[in-house]
Amino acid sequence: MSTQPVTTPVAAPPPPSEGRGVRAWSRFERLQGMLFVLPALVVLALFLIYPAYYTIRLAFYEGDFHFGFFHYLGLENFKQLLTNDPDFLDLSKFPPGGALVNNLRWVIFYISLSLIIGLGLAVLAVRVRYERVVKTAIFVPMAISATAVGIIWLFVYAPDPNIGVLNALLHGFDNGFHPIAWLGRPNLVNYALIFAYVWASVGFVMVVLSAAIKGIPAEIMEAARVDGAGEWNIFRRIMLPMLSLPISVVTIWLFINVIKVFDLIYVMTGGGPGTSSRVIAFTMYEETFHNGRPGYGAAVAAIMLVLIAPIMVLNVRRFRTEKVVA
Amino acid sequence: MATVDSAVPITAQTRSERLVRMLSRTPLHIALVGIALVWLVPTVGLAITSFRQRPDVASSGWWTALTHWDWTLHNYDDVINATGMGHAWVNSVIITVPATILPLTLGALAAYGFAWVPFPFRDTLFLIIVALMIVPIQTSLVPLLKLFASWGHLNNHYYGIWLAHTAFGLPLAVFLLRNFFITLPKDLIEAARIDGASNLAIFRRIVVPLSVPALASFAIFQFLWVWNDLLMALIFVSDPSKQPMTVRIPYLLSTYGQEYSLLAAAAFLLMILPLIVFFSLQRYFVQGLLAGSVKT
Repeated sequence: MSTQPVTTPVAAPPPPSEGRGVRAWSRFERLQGMLFVLPALVVLALFLIYPAYYTIRLAFYEGDFHFGFFHYLGLENFKQLLTNDPDFLDLSKFPPGGALVNNLRWVIFYISLSLIIGLGLAVLAVRVRYERVVKTAIFVPMAISATAVGIIWLFVYAPDPNIGVLNALLHGFDNGFHPIAWLGRPNLVNYALIFAYVWASVGFVMVVLSAAIKGIPAEIMEAARVDGAGEWNIFRRIMLPMLSLPISVVTIWLFINVIKVFDLIYVMTGGGPGTSSRVIAFTMYEETFHNGRPGYGAAVAAIMLVLIAPIMVLNVRRFRTEKVVA
Repeated sequence: MATVDSAVPITAQTRSERLVRMLSRTPLHIALVGIALVWLVPTVGLAITSFRQRPDVASSGWWTALTHWDWTLHNYDDVINATGMGHAWVNSVIITVPATILPLTLGALAAYGFAWVPFPFRDTLFLIIVALMIVPIQTSLVPLLKLFASWGHLNNHYYGIWLAHTAFGLPLAVFLLRNFFITLPKDLIEAARIDGASNLAIFRRIVVPLSVPALASFAIFQFLWVWNDLLMALIFVSDPSKQPMTVRIPYLLSTYGQEYSLLAAAAFLLMILPLIVFFSLQRYFVQGLLAGSVKT
């Protein structure tokens, strides 16, 4: 009935040994090897690599209704996005606004809240006998689609005090309280969305970190306790340093989540009120499929790719240094 | 061990010691139970709302139903039949099953090639696949839509969405399965080769049967990924009668925004299959999710 501790996915399998055969591979067999790989490579080249190239190229055009390379603009789309589109980046007011700034809010609050709550739960849950029950309750939202998460939290935030449990709760504490439209105020909407997504993601953070904590040798903790270290010191000086790798894995996962977040916003606010809860991925969708500006949308997609690219490099490099590839 | 016991003194606790320990742990229990409750309340609220009579939903909070229980399946009847969500649920299944089997099959074949058969540029190609795992879907939406349209409007059928999900699931499938296949005992595969087994025979008779846990983990991850996906279905399934639940529910929201009981029933229908998978195949489920963490 619970989330089993599992090793984190980064753990590298043992490297393949050199000169793997006692019997040499014939040319025919090597050819066969390529045939095994070929269908996958064709699919990837056609549906993943070629489209990425196409989108990057389209970002330099205005584009037409058939998504063709119409009217070359050079860097105009990017210039427009970064300097002259308040829906994407608006530094003229305080606090600054626009999809890019909202995504930055997501990066800061979604990642830190998920990490703090997830780590806290992982540390505390191992100390009680009903660990599995707690973990299951917190992990369940991971199974649910963002569409369902959206509906669930539309209910929680509803201004109607018969539906919105949050407003009802606040009303219970203070009778003069007026229900707040959590998703209707530009200054609140982003944080309301972020918390709903944190709710959905914390289970993952907890499970990964909890597995890592259980992997810390008990002797180290015991030795520290015998030497008189308090619980806080053990957490700060032993656990945290030993958890740095799994924490970085989880942080990267959360970061990729932030850059790609779309479904939840599409369901809960549609980017509103106005444009105040738009994020990068939402802008891409809106400009391409609603505003009929495929070139502009492609520029947004290209920016997403640029934000993700460092992590691609990181993944590849980590893989090489672990010598998983001989 | 008996002689070094004294290093960590484990003495029998007296009753008062146990009491002190219990009291000092009370904040811990309160925090944990409190957080677990906060995490459960939104889902429980939705579930209860979906079983309440419509007038009740309009006049009182779902929490009052905890004491005044009057439940009905009427909302489900309405949402499945009158609003076409039953049909959309079936669409979700039709989309999800091939979109899981295809990348699983292609991925397993490729993973075998990458793990056990040497060929030129093998490692470079594999590193490219590692990089492709996190390519954002957004960079493919427009070109794929154009491609599908020019191939005879694949986006009016299910072919488009099947192919798109296959492409996006493949890098993870190859990565995961290759890393698992490579841990299989080398002697076993060598012995089969010496006995003259072909690559295909080794793949089918040895590698696949020994890799069921990895195959299951990926299959479950991909199944849930496709089932829960909204964005790709929104773009690649143009025909409204073929759209899955994730796409139809936002429409329901815009037409029946105030019909909370209907919305709750629809959301619960969408969740039910993932929840069944979660509670019945929990180990593979968690493994699949952890493994998929490199992708999101």
